[in-house]
Amino acid sequence: MSTEPILSVRGLTMEFGGIRALDKLDLQIYPGQIAALIGPNGAGKTTFFNCLTGIYMPTAGELHLSPPEQPGRRLNGLKPNQVTEAGLARTFQNIRLFPGMTVLENVMIGRHCRTKAKIFGAILRNPGTRKEEKETVDISMALLAKVGLADVADEFARNLPYGAQRRLEIARALATEPLLLLLDEPAAGMNPQETQNLTSLIRNIRDEGLSILLIEHDMKLVMSLSDYIFVVDYGRKIAEGTSEEVRINPVVIKAYLGEEVEYA
Amino acid sequence: MDVITLKDCRKALIAALWFMFLTFPLLVIKVNTTENLVIWRWHNLLYVGVAAGSASLLTSIFRGLHDRKREQQRHQEKVIHISLTERFFSNPVVSRPVLAAGALFFLIFPLLFSTYQVNIMTTALMYVVLGLGLNIVVGVAGLLNLGYVAFYAVGAYTYALLNMHFGVGFWVALPLGGIMAALFGILLGFPVLRLRGDYLAIVTLGFGEIILLVLKNWAEFSQGPGGISNISRPGFFGMEMSMATTLNYQYYLTIAMVLLTIFVINRLQNSRIGRALFALREDEIACQAMGIDKTTIKLTAFALGATWAGLAGVLFAAKNAYVNPDSFTFLESAMILCIVVLGGMGSIVGVIIGALILILLPEYLRAFSDYRMLAFGALLVIMMVFRPQGIVANIRRSYHKKDSAP
Ligand SMILES: Nc1ncnc2c1ncn2[C@@H]1O[C@H](COP(=O)(O)OP(=O)(O)OP(=O)(O)O)[C@@H](O)[C@H]1O
Ligand SMILES: [Mg+2]
Repeated sequence: MSTEPILSVRGLTMEFGGIRALDKLDLQIYPGQIAALIGPNGAGKTTFFNCLTGIYMPTAGELHLSPPEQPGRRLNGLKPNQVTEAGLARTFQNIRLFPGMTVLENVMIGRHCRTKAKIFGAILRNPGTRKEEKETVDISMALLAKVGLADVADEFARNLPYGAQRRLEIARALATEPLLLLLDEPAAGMNPQETQNLTSLIRNIRDEGLSILLIEHDMKLVMSLSDYIFVVDYGRKIAEGTSEEVRINPVVIKAYLGEEVEYA
Repeated sequence: MDVITLKDCRKALIAALWFMFLTFPLLVIKVNTTENLVIWRWHNLLYVGVAAGSASLLTSIFRGLHDRKREQQRHQEKVIHISLTERFFSNPVVSRPVLAAGALFFLIFPLLFSTYQVNIMTTALMYVVLGLGLNIVVGVAGLLNLGYVAFYAVGAYTYALLNMHFGVGFWVALPLGGIMAALFGILLGFPVLRLRGDYLAIVTLGFGEIILLVLKNWAEFSQGPGGISNISRPGFFGMEMSMATTLNYQYYLTIAMVLLTIFVINRLQNSRIGRALFALREDEIACQAMGIDKTTIKLTAFALGATWAGLAGVLFAAKNAYVNPDSFTFLESAMILCIVVLGGMGSIVGVIIGALILILLPEYLRAFSDYRMLAFGALLVIMMVFRPQGIVANIRRSYHKKDSAP
């Protein structure tokens, strides 16, 4: 494992009025790692993603992205689109596709920040624009093939079954060429077969050199997939470590199962 | 299930009474102020009652049949529901000849009809341009703009003022009008960047009113309510033209404008920018998370939409050789919005059909001109109930198959 973390978060705090959804959270993710962020409902996991991706403005804390062999970048205060450009792409817990666009178009939107065509290019369709457009289609189709949706490329996104919508969100996020992929409960609502496929998909993505941070409630998936796990409860990090370490950590068991475990 | 139930009849009766009550002051009482007489037009009450009652009954029947069809479909295997219009436009064998015939019709229109008809058609075509422009903002990007006519006014007054003060000709003013309107679009865009939905609608409505009030009251600048007259008509290499020729020339000019608009907007819609605009309408947060700069894309939408209104405005000033603020009231914005909603948000063909219907029908049904607004309202309500996606639903194009026409 490389020594320099690709993402480092220090003292991240997020308050909504009186509620402290995140409390001085520290977290490091290393290149090529699959990390998981777990915790009970309302622990602040989604809020963490929203702070990272510029949707929320954190109350305090430092967010730093330092890709290997590239200058590091502070993520604080960036707009969501700038965060995506910097190399963070995400999926949403409550699926946020573009329902009235086709499956292929959804992925093509992901290419927006990596392409340049402007209004006049679009009107004149000069060779440069045409080439770029063709590349966009080719890359997007390849991504759809990867997540197993190539044959429904022309369907409206809203017509896809739930599991397929989740995979489409992953393809769309990949189209932005991220360094770090953030997945918010990718297996929610999937049947065991779909979850199985998802597991190998996530592994494949990692093997291609991406780092992944996933939020997930499906413990089997988390334990089999993650190199490193962070556990949060009430916005605070209560434990971290490999799956073996976390599994037997009494604090984690207590957070998940409640007090009685201690006496059981 | 019967076609008509007792409940439907009762509903129809209530609807009839309710409408009779509502329209009573409007349709029954007529005050003759010169002779201080009140005229009671009771027969109107009868008409309203019968009309409302039967309309209610018809909707019930229609609904019933519709539901029954739905029910049947649900029992069959998976029924793929594709509307007639979608099938029509996705099948080039059928749609090409029809479109070709349409093109030919518009091309030889001035040869077939009187100058009066040509004039009306020119107006309708100008609304096609306006509708297509607003369609970018409302239909594609999903930003409800109720002050669109302001940009139309900007275009018209740009030409009128430039022509009055500096004698600038039509062809020079045309791009300038477009650019001015685009600038105003951006000007409006900045303060409303954070607004959505109703709030956006209210602010844009206000913007339209501000422009109108400025034009009305700042007489030194805009000549006030009296307007500006004697604007040069579009020239054609300095040729002298008779009145009829001028009208025909303007007709073809407008046709050219419509074609340009369709060409440009079609290309824009199927481009990186167009997709981003559409994504903005679909989901603003996801749109940003995909790396689209919300600020830029919103301003782009406003500027692009405004440009067409500006161009149409120059055309309008040139056609009438006269502009005054009365041409740019809220009613005009509402009209253009109706065109977009009725035709189908986001659909180019839909907007063209919508514009032709909404502008031409009232012209040819002058006898009913008193009920024009009533009919509009009814039409929109009916559309929203039975076909909310408009006459032509927006069809997404397929990018990856070779056989799909652009
Ligand atoms: N925009 C907001 N305004 C106010 N409170 C918020 C907001 N977003 C989140 N919260 C609060 O922050 C806390 C953490 O919410 P969050 O959605 O991050 O939980 P989570 O860990 O993702 O839970 P789950 O597993 O159910 O998805 C909750 O108490 C929630 O009510
Ligand atoms: Mg969550």
